[in-house]
Amino acid sequence: MSSVHGPAAGGSGVRGSGVRGLVRRPWRLAAEVTALLVAAVVAFPLYWMLLSAVKPAGEIESTDPRPWTSSPTLDSFRRVLEQHEFGRYFVNSLIVAVSVVIASALIAFLAATAVTRFRFRFRTTLLIMFLVAQMVPVEALTIPLFFLMRDFGQLNTLGSLILPHIAFSLPFAIWMLRGFVKAVPESLEEAAYLDGASRARFLWQILFPLVLPGLVATSVFSFISAWNDFLFAKSFIISDTSQSTLPMALLVFYKPDEPDWGGVMAASTVMTVPVLVFFVLVQRRLVSGLGGAVKD
Amino acid sequence: MTDAALPPEPGGAVTTAGPPGTAGPVAAPTTGPAPRRTARPAGPSPGRPRRGARPRGGWTPWLYLAPALVCLGGLLVYPVYQLGLISFLEYTQAQVSGGEPARFRGLANYTELFADDQFWQVLLATVGFAAACVVCTLAVGCALAVLLTRIRAIPRLALLLAALGAWATPSITGSTVWLFLFDPDFGPVNRLLGIGDHSWTYGRYSAFLLVLLEVVWCSFPFVMVTVYAGIRAVPSEILEAAALDGASQWRIWRSVLTPILRPILVIVTVQSVIWDFKVFTQIYVITNGGGIAGQNLVLNVYAYQKAFASSQYSLGSAIGVVMLLILLAVTLGYLRLLRRRGEEL
Repeated sequence: MSSVHGPAAGGSGVRGSGVRGLVRRPWRLAAEVTALLVAAVVAFPLYWMLLSAVKPAGEIESTDPRPWTSSPTLDSFRRVLEQHEFGRYFVNSLIVAVSVVIASALIAFLAATAVTRFRFRFRTTLLIMFLVAQMVPVEALTIPLFFLMRDFGQLNTLGSLILPHIAFSLPFAIWMLRGFVKAVPESLEEAAYLDGASRARFLWQILFPLVLPGLVATSVFSFISAWNDFLFAKSFIISDTSQSTLPMALLVFYKPDEPDWGGVMAASTVMTVPVLVFFVLVQRRLVSGLGGAVKD
Repeated sequence: MTDAALPPEPGGAVTTAGPPGTAGPVAAPTTGPAPRRTARPAGPSPGRPRRGARPRGGWTPWLYLAPALVCLGGLLVYPVYQLGLISFLEYTQAQVSGGEPARFRGLANYTELFADDQFWQVLLATVGFAAACVVCTLAVGCALAVLLTRIRAIPRLALLLAALGAWATPSITGSTVWLFLFDPDFGPVNRLLGIGDHSWTYGRYSAFLLVLLEVVWCSFPFVMVTVYAGIRAVPSEILEAAALDGASQWRIWRSVLTPILRPILVIVTVQSVIWDFKVFTQIYVITNGGGIAGQNLVLNVYAYQKAFASSQYSLGSAIGVVMLLILLAVTLGYLRLLRRRGEEL
C-alpha cells in the first residue's frame, strides 16, 4: 500500500498512470524483472542468429555451443555475398518491396478517401468485400495466379511478385487507413473548398500529408508481406534465377540434410536487418498508428 | 503473415486482416471551427448535401476507387473464380502444357478429396494447430500487454524493442533460426535442456510444437502492441473513478477494461485465426515440406504439395476452396458480431 498514486515514472505521460498507480510497488518490481526476462527470451533467437553469423565455422559445428565467441569472423558473410549473386537477390527483393509499398499506399489512400469522404451506392457492400478479401488465403491462389502469370508472360519477372502483393495488401491497407482519413475534420475539407482549392489539391496537398502517419503504419504490413514472400518467389520464378529474391537465396544454404548453418545465419541476418531498420524508423509511428486506428 | 509477414505475415503474414478502424468508441472530431460553418453560403451547396457532411460527388468516389478495384478484380477476384473453376476440372500436367483440353469433372475432385483419409487428417491437424496457435498467441500477447502498462519506461522499452524485433523477422529467417536453435547436434536448446541429440522434427507433436513456438514468437507482438495501445487509450479518469468507488483490481479488469477493450480483442482474435489457419512458410521450412510422410501437413502446404509437387492442380484447388470456405465462415461470423453491436461500417 506504499503508493496509491505511484509516481508516473519515466516519461509515460499521464495516460497510463491510472492503471499503474493502482499497483503496489513490490509487484511492480516483480513485473519489471519478468518483463526483462521475457525480453531476453524473445530477443534470444535474433541474438543467436547474429552470433552464429559471425562465429567461425568450427564453433558453429560444435556440439558444445557457447553463447559468445572469442574470434568473430565475417567468413560466413563473405561466403554468402560471393557465391550466389546475393547482391542481385537483395536488390530484387528491395525493388519488389519498395514498389509494393509505394503502389499500395497510393492506391489504398485513394480508395480509403472514397469510402470515408463520400456516400454512394454500394459503399457498404464494398467495405464488406474489402473485409472479406482480407481473409482470402493468398497461398491457395498460387495455382490460378501461376496460370495467370504464365498467360501474361510474367513468369520469371519481378512483376509476377509485385502485382499480386499490391493486390493482397490493399484490403487491409484500406481498412486501416479509413480511420486516419475519417479523423481529418470535415470542416477542414469545407474550408479548403471555400478557399477555392480543387478536389485534387485538397486530396494531395491537405489530406495526404495529414494521413501520412497512417500510411507509414500501413506500409509496414505491405513491406513485410512483400519482403517475406517465399511462396510466390518459389512458384513464379522457376527458371530465371537472376530474378530470384532473398528467400530463395537463403534456401540455397539450407539443405535439410547438410545445412551450412553459418551461411544460413549470415543470409538470414542480411535478410532481417533491412526489416529491422525499417521497423526502428517507423516504430513510434507504428505504435501511435495502431493506437490511432484502434481509437478511430 | 505470415508470415507478416508477420506470418505475417508476417508472413506472408501480411496479407493481413482485421480492421482496426472499426474498433473502439468513435471519437468524433471536435475541432470543427464554428465560424467556418457560418461562412457557408446559404442553401444546399450543389453536390454536397449537409446530411452526414458527406459529399455525394457523383463519379468521384468511383474514380478514386478505380485503381484499387482494377487491382483487386484482376488479381484477387478473378483468381478466386479460377480457383473454383479449376477445382471442377481435370487439370494435371497434360492440361498445363496444353496437350489435352481441360475436362469438366463436376464434383469428382471433391469426392476424391473427401474419400481420402489423409485430407481429413490434415484438416483436423490444421484446425487443432491453428487453435493452439491462436490461444497461445492471445494469452502471451494480452498478458504482456498488461505487463507493459505496469512497468517503468526502461523495461518497457526493452520488451517493446525485443517484440518489434521478433515481429520484424521475416517468417523464413525466423523459421531457419528456430530450426537451428533446436538443432539436435549444434543447437543450444538441446544442450540447455540436456536432452542430447533428441530430434524435434522427427516426432509429429514435437515438430508441431516447434512450429507453434516460432509462430507464437513472431505473432504475439502484434497482439501485444495493439492491446497495449488499446489499454493506453482508456481515459485514466474512468479507472480512477472505479478505484474511488472501491472497485478491486480484478473488478476493474473484469467490469471496466474488458468491455472497453472487447472490440480490440475481437479484432486480434479474428486476425490471429486467419493468420494461423494459413501458416505456410513455417511448416514448409521447419518440417521440410510437411514432415516425415506428411505428418506435419496443414491445408495450405497440403494444397501446395498436391498442386506443384504432384501436378494435381485440380485437387490442390479443391483444397484451396475448402480453406476459402472455412475462412469465409470465420469472417461472416465476425461481420455478424459487428452488425449485432450496431457498428457502422
